[in-house]
Amino acid sequence: MKIHEYQGKEILRQYGVAVPNGKACFSVDEAVAAAEAIGGSKWVVKAQIHAGGRGKGGGVKLADSLDEVRSHAEDILGMTLVTHQTGPEGKEVKRLLVEEGAPIKDELYVGLVVDRVTQRVTVMASSEGGTEIETVAEETPELIHKVSVDPKTGLTDDEARGLASKIGIPAELTGEAGKLMQALYQAFWDKDASLAEINPLIVTNDGRVVALDAKINFDESAMYRHPELEELRDLDEEDADEIEASKFGLNYISLDGSIGCLVNGAGLAMATMDIIKLYGASPANFLDVGGGATTEQVTEAFKIMLKNSNLKAILVNIFGGIMRCDVIAEGLVNAAREVDLAVPLVVRLEGTNVEQGRQILADSGIAVISATTMADAAEKVAAAAAGA
Amino acid sequence: MSILINKDSRVVTQGITGKTGMFHTHHSIEYANGKNCYVAGVTPKKGGQVVEGVPVFDSVAEAKAATNCNVSVIYVPPPFAAAAIDEAVDAEMEVVICITEGIPVKDMIMTRDRMRGSSTVLVGPNCPGVITPEEIKIGIMPGYIHQKGRIGVVSRSGTLTYEVVDQLSKLGLGQSTCVGIGGDPVNGLKHIDVMKMFNDDPDTDGVVMCGEIGGTDEEECAAWIAGNMNKPVVGFIAGVTAPPGKRMGHAGAIISGGKGTADEKIAALEAAGVSVTRNPSDMGKLMQEALQS
Repeated sequence: MKIHEYQGKEILRQYGVAVPNGKACFSVDEAVAAAEAIGGSKWVVKAQIHAGGRGKGGGVKLADSLDEVRSHAEDILGMTLVTHQTGPEGKEVKRLLVEEGAPIKDELYVGLVVDRVTQRVTVMASSEGGTEIETVAEETPELIHKVSVDPKTGLTDDEARGLASKIGIPAELTGEAGKLMQALYQAFWDKDASLAEINPLIVTNDGRVVALDAKINFDESAMYRHPELEELRDLDEEDADEIEASKFGLNYISLDGSIGCLVNGAGLAMATMDIIKLYGASPANFLDVGGGATTEQVTEAFKIMLKNSNLKAILVNIFGGIMRCDVIAEGLVNAAREVDLAVPLVVRLEGTNVEQGRQILADSGIAVISATTMADAAEKVAAAAAGA
Repeated sequence: MSILINKDSRVVTQGITGKTGMFHTHHSIEYANGKNCYVAGVTPKKGGQVVEGVPVFDSVAEAKAATNCNVSVIYVPPPFAAAAIDEAVDAEMEVVICITEGIPVKDMIMTRDRMRGSSTVLVGPNCPGVITPEEIKIGIMPGYIHQKGRIGVVSRSGTLTYEVVDQLSKLGLGQSTCVGIGGDPVNGLKHIDVMKMFNDDPDTDGVVMCGEIGGTDEEECAAWIAGNMNKPVVGFIAGVTAPPGKRMGHAGAIISGGKGTADEKIAALEAAGVSVTRNPSDMGKLMQEALQS
């Protein structure tokens, strides 16, 4: 799960990480009032969307007066911000963060991730803040320093200070920077984060270490023990169909092709997308109906796919283990009866109760193109879509 | 022969009184030698019951004392599943197979840290389990698609494993053991660990491995295969068409030194001499060809 920068900073503040004084705003007037309340003579107006690269897209602006705060807020609020992470369609900005301007002396980077190889949390730090860490990793990997954290001890004083010193933080500030990194690690650990990036972490002219940005993602599997994080979810930032699907426990991702896919299991779902491509068509979505799907879930999965106006055909590929083919067949029949099946439907069933499943489909009176192997199914669905 | 489990394994089901645990224990008992293999169940505070004909104990340690079980399978709900693994490790089970999907990553970091120095082998979590055809089935896979034979199968995905097995069986290529290692970021056995076991197994002639995008497990396995494997390996990597950045954090990929894309994994496997297909319908056929060449 992703949250906004201002929400991430609020969490960090609770853990004692220094962040700029700021306030989330939903209107231009609120933004001006916030700047006035913050005081000072320099402010930053930042678009709050769940994507990086906001500065380059014109979503982050400096203001030297309250009038400038107003005009920037007017420009940014409601704009469609396009960044390398939003896709070409961009995202509408509905929230702003107004912050005090910080006197930046040096821009650094700190990131935390779960490392699959060491099976621990790794803290990465670099002197190359402000640029994308992917670029640093490619061009100057020697400038990224890492600590693999022992979960029993957490990030130790020595490890944290060592990192601070390696990324060029002046000796008199390594203690403060180390404490910040330890607080960051603690927040990451306590809140079941999956990713946390502070880019940039800055050293100010007046000798402070401050988190100027905060990007935090959380482990969806741990949300049951974090009701306080669930409240931070911003549904405006998520794909409407993906949200609808998740309500029914379906894993759905919309794509730009024309073949709707309904598959059980993430690996088989990806393999199905791959083979559709191999046979010259293109998948309209990734949809994993999971291991214990009910008739209701399958029905909803079907409805969500059918909402896509690009849809030219649907391929159902089910290999039954936990998921029984008769359950899938009942779901398909129910869904087909509830919605207008305007596109050809290719079904490939295999596995537990496959004969009952095929019988249910055959007895239903619904027009189904039946397929045996994945290749057969992909070939038939590509042909059906081309003919549609 | 086989790897990990065989007809003499003595299995305890953790979470046997739950709906899922009961359902799959029932089907596993019905498969091959299951009736003799499944010797115990565990659910805290439900000791003394009998479920699916097997006695239920309060803890794995009690189950072991009473039945000498040596393999555990876990169907415990996500909030309690990591603790269930810990319990099985503490009771010194030889193999622990965790089916549960959705365990918080942090719980698995702690559990894997506790396992350092332990001789217990963990399979999963979030996996379909392990099957040695016509001997024993531990997990949620449909038993009837399998045939006894000499091909090893290792995969991160459940249903994709069934797909491979089905193709192999229809070509008359039976399986020595099929291992679902699961799709979670922090887990037990990796491709490379299972590949080593198959290489050492005198009754395995070739291996089909199914990988997917994310992480670098497949690349590490490829590097090992290049220098050590003396049996043919066929590979498929799911996710060639998956949109980049949709599911995995970029920063995570940086650490592992690669981007974890399907193309990179395919290149690594091909460089190691693995026959890789981009057509998931061809995995069985490719294995057949690899055995003949």
